[in-house]
Amino acid sequence: MNADPPQNRGLTAINSAMVLIVVLLIVQIWLLSATLESYLAGHREVAVPGAIISGILFAACLGLYLSVDRIDSEVRKG
Amino acid sequence: MKWFRKPSSAPLWQDEFPVFTADERYVSRRQFTKFLTLTSFGMLVGNLWVLARSVFYRSPSHPRQLLAAADELAVGGVKLFTYPTAEDPCILVRTGDNYYAAYSQKCTHLSCAVYYAKEQNRLECPCHEGFFSIADGAVLQGPPQRALPRVALEMTDGQIMAVAMEGESA
Repeated sequence: MNADPPQNRGLTAINSAMVLIVVLLIVQIWLLSATLESYLAGHREVAVPGAIISGILFAACLGLYLSVDRIDSEVRKG
Repeated sequence: MKWFRKPSSAPLWQDEFPVFTADERYVSRRQFTKFLTLTSFGMLVGNLWVLARSVFYRSPSHPRQLLAAADELAVGGVKLFTYPTAEDPCILVRTGDNYYAAYSQKCTHLSCAVYYAKEQNRLECPCHEGFFSIADGAVLQGPPQRALPRVALEMTDGQIMAVAMEGESA
């Protein structure tokens, strides 16, 4: 039996999602700097995979944000 | 209309401006997550901008340009010129009796002008001590991440000609 109240469980889920978003964001910042550096070095072929991967990372961040929003609303309703 | 203030333990200014700094500065987890997601969107926009620049990139034309006569420079001598446009400073170095090298003079770190250090036989950027090889323009030391773009040279009838740029920044 789980004695943890729903508020605490919701908070844990939200914190986990936030940490995951931060990790994804760090990867995305690195990806942008690496893509830009390669592009400026004349390797223009990296632009397409860079944009696709960045799009996937943004979609993941957006999904996590929406789930945080949903969990937050559910917890507040009780 | 209330003419008199209700009895309160708070000072008058707090009744009239009931805004608390701590409440003002409080950021909820939801707001913080939204901020992170918007930052992620900003990163995506950056990548899309690189993609757009890449798709619409047009390579500049590289005309043949006379730089100097072969005997104009002594060994270790330097001549500055612009190539392929008047806004692109370059440097020509005579590194040996029959060896010449020419590179863009803009450091690939923050575009300071590089110069030829004869004693060390390398190109140096004075701003942040970025050093480049005279042989191929590769980074030897310092913050630059990319080699210097190289000017392709051709010797025609004792004249040194610039014919193309290699490793040029987009």
